[in-house]
Amino acid sequence: MVKALKGKNITPRIHVEEGGKIHYAVSCRHCEDPLCLKGCISGALTKDADGIVTINHDKCVGCLSCMLLCPYGCITTDEDETVLKCELCLKNSCGAPACVQGCPNRAITYEEVQE
Amino acid sequence: MKYVIIGNGPAAVSCIEGIRSLDRDGRITVISKEAHPAYFRPLISYYLEGKSKAENISCRPGDFYEKNGCEIVTGEAVGINKDQQTITLKSGDAIPYDKLCICTGSSPFVPPMQGLDTVEKKFTFLTIGDSYEIEKAINKDSRVLIIGAGLIGLKCAEGLRDRVQSVTVCDLAPRVLSSILDDECAAIVQEHLEANGISFSLADTAERFEGNVAFMKNGGAIPFDVLVLALGVRPNIGFFKEAGGECGRAIIVDDSMQTSIGNIYAAGDCAEQYDITFGAKRIMALLPNANLGGHTAGVNMAGGSALFDNAVPMNSIGFWGLHMMTAGTYANDSNAKMIEEKGENSIKRFFIRDNKLIGFIIIGDVRSAGIYTNLIRTQTDLSYLDIDALIKNPNLLPFGEIYRRKTLGGVV
Repeated sequence: MVKALKGKNITPRIHVEEGGKIHYAVSCRHCEDPLCLKGCISGALTKDADGIVTINHDKCVGCLSCMLLCPYGCITTDEDETVLKCELCLKNSCGAPACVQGCPNRAITYEEVQE
Repeated sequence: MKYVIIGNGPAAVSCIEGIRSLDRDGRITVISKEAHPAYFRPLISYYLEGKSKAENISCRPGDFYEKNGCEIVTGEAVGINKDQQTITLKSGDAIPYDKLCICTGSSPFVPPMQGLDTVEKKFTFLTIGDSYEIEKAINKDSRVLIIGAGLIGLKCAEGLRDRVQSVTVCDLAPRVLSSILDDECAAIVQEHLEANGISFSLADTAERFEGNVAFMKNGGAIPFDVLVLALGVRPNIGFFKEAGGECGRAIIVDDSMQTSIGNIYAAGDCAEQYDITFGAKRIMALLPNANLGGHTAGVNMAGGSALFDNAVPMNSIGFWGLHMMTAGTYANDSNAKMIEEKGENSIKRFFIRDNKLIGFIIIGDVRSAGIYTNLIRTQTDLSYLDIDALIKNPNLLPFGEIYRRKTLGGVV
């Protein structure tokens, strides 16, 4: 895997914050009333019927208004400068959040919480 | 219940959603001047640049109005009878309302300029129709002169550069983006724009025109083929003012988006509301505020009780890979302390007053800037935060365990 990714620019949708002995992962909260959507100037960000906030790369113009609004710092950019965010791996081959499955310390959970 | 919305932009669409969050049955009539469904105005420059397709600029899917039981009336509102609660259209028709929301936006402002009538190809830049017209007028040999180095003028410059021979931007202000940047930050942006092929003539503007030549205030002359006038906008509020409604530069609203006239609300670029960082009401004609204000108005029109009581100006804009974000208030406040953080190709300026973040300007490293915006919108007391650490690296660590548990939940 390390070899396969050599020289590739990796643009993760999740990031780990740390300080002292604390480490934790932060990714999109899929908010009930997402602020990022309120700022989107292109209609690229939408919340689907299941409550998942997704990004349409064909529509995104990379203005980053969503990044200016997200209170959790969860929006990042792809190599083509469009927006990248956690979509719960539902669009890729995993079909379920790979970070949860892959975390050896079980430090990431996938659950619904009340805001 | 008869709801009427005048205007059909993002504020109107959010108002419809606000109404429908509480009332599925009331009749909603949308009075629209443009024949398009609501579309995202900021995309008109991306359309010119080729990044947005015309069929992709709508605010909502094609069946939005039908699904939400809205009737669209194409026309222009010219009067309000507040006693009888009716709107008069230019056609003479009258439309009754129980609850009204004004989302009429703004129109380009073009001051009288000598000889402007001799210019054959001149345009303003606010609607998708303007983009289509400009597109027809330009070719690869066109020399474009844009008057106005604000957000609209510069986005137009970016949209046109690769399609024409040259783009020159002039502005009476001595710097670019004078409404959102200070001198030093504006200089960084200007240099970047120049490196990308845009020419500037600042602290200077066209005084008169003779056909395809602009004669400048400083004595020069700029020949051009296509002229774009981006001198600013004025809210469309005439009919509300005539009905006796309270206006400043735009329609004055309170935190529930209610105007001074009963049963009439306003949202978006035509409204003026309290800016928590400025300490007074002002126009904050920006998309997030149009959406938040429109939704709030809609909920209240339908009998709910929503407040939009943390409005602040906020901007995110980029030109050829250089991003900048601004929020809140930062100019002309001598009580505010500035903290600066400079990195490679990046500058961050934070403005703090009474231990609260009231504004920032960031150019370059805009990662996770929403954490700063949130500090402004929630007027968080910074005494308990390691602000220096946050300024270097926006993240949730300095907020402490309790906040993280609350916001991130689970195992954090």
